[in-house]
Amino acid sequence: MATDVISESGGKSDFWQGVRLSMPVVVASAPFAVLFGALAVDQGFTVFEAFLMSALVFGGASQMVGIQLFGQHVAPWLIVLSIFAVNFRHVLYSAGIGRRIAHWPVLSQALGYFILTDPQYAVAEARAQSGQTVGFAWYLGLGLPVYVFWIVESALGALFGKLIPNAHALGIDFLLPIYFLGLVMGFRKRPLWLPVVVASACASIIAYKTVGSPWHVSIGAVAGVLLAVILPPHHSGVETR
Amino acid sequence: MSTTFWIIIAGAIATYLTRIGGHLVISRFDNIHPRVEAGLNAVPAAVLTTLVAPELLHAGPAEWAALVVTAAVSLRGGLMAMFLAGAAVLILARQFVG
Repeated sequence: MATDVISESGGKSDFWQGVRLSMPVVVASAPFAVLFGALAVDQGFTVFEAFLMSALVFGGASQMVGIQLFGQHVAPWLIVLSIFAVNFRHVLYSAGIGRRIAHWPVLSQALGYFILTDPQYAVAEARAQSGQTVGFAWYLGLGLPVYVFWIVESALGALFGKLIPNAHALGIDFLLPIYFLGLVMGFRKRPLWLPVVVASACASIIAYKTVGSPWHVSIGAVAGVLLAVILPPHHSGVETR
Repeated sequence: MSTTFWIIIAGAIATYLTRIGGHLVISRFDNIHPRVEAGLNAVPAAVLTTLVAPELLHAGPAEWAALVVTAAVSLRGGLMAMFLAGAAVLILARQFVG
């Protein structure tokens, strides 16, 4: 992927350069799209609903959280709040990338923010930091294949998921906790990771036992975030400016 | 329209707000307070942890084995590797302990 394409100023070559960079993301996200579709159906979604969620939300972890809570019959507004909470990190990406794409027409910007996922931000920011402009054609080339494959593979996973006969023997019901643990571990390089995880784990278990589901999600999350806010900044690794 | 449909629509709007909101709101401030930034940094791990921890209460040997292996593999491998390892252990262990 390190091949530098000599960019002719035409939008077409910029687009295809973006497409080329999108390929690792397409490959890496494919299993998760299929998994989402299969699990969504297992939790009570229809194939169309699984497809629709992928097409409109377009955020893997938050979609998994949504179907997990949906399967537990949690109040709808709390499901939406949890999706919002998991996706809240995008606020930081949005603030960062906003400076890079401010020269686009407003509608292009609106579309650009819609496909602003973790890898989209990472690759676009890397391009900007290398001194190149982040053009709309290039950005779209990077994001569009990821989006198209994501929704098609979700639908395929949902169709396939309906064919699974014995969900328990295949462990389908416990795949989401495993997946979420994987995501939690993925954040382990972040400052304050361990204290936050311990605080959230303890608070959510206590809340689950006392107040009951679904409140353990909000209470546990608030406990972890509050701990990060309260601890002195030099522990959190955030520079004081 | 079903409840599920409206959950999806509302979830989509909430998600779009996070994607455009940083540009509309945060970029107006010159700097973010370090404590706010520390709190924002902690959000994903905090939320995701609450989806795993209570599952431990009714996890049997097969589930525990799967989570331990997932955590162990995560120290070296990527997300897909640890997920597949955890899932494999779970399926295998359930053949023996149900």
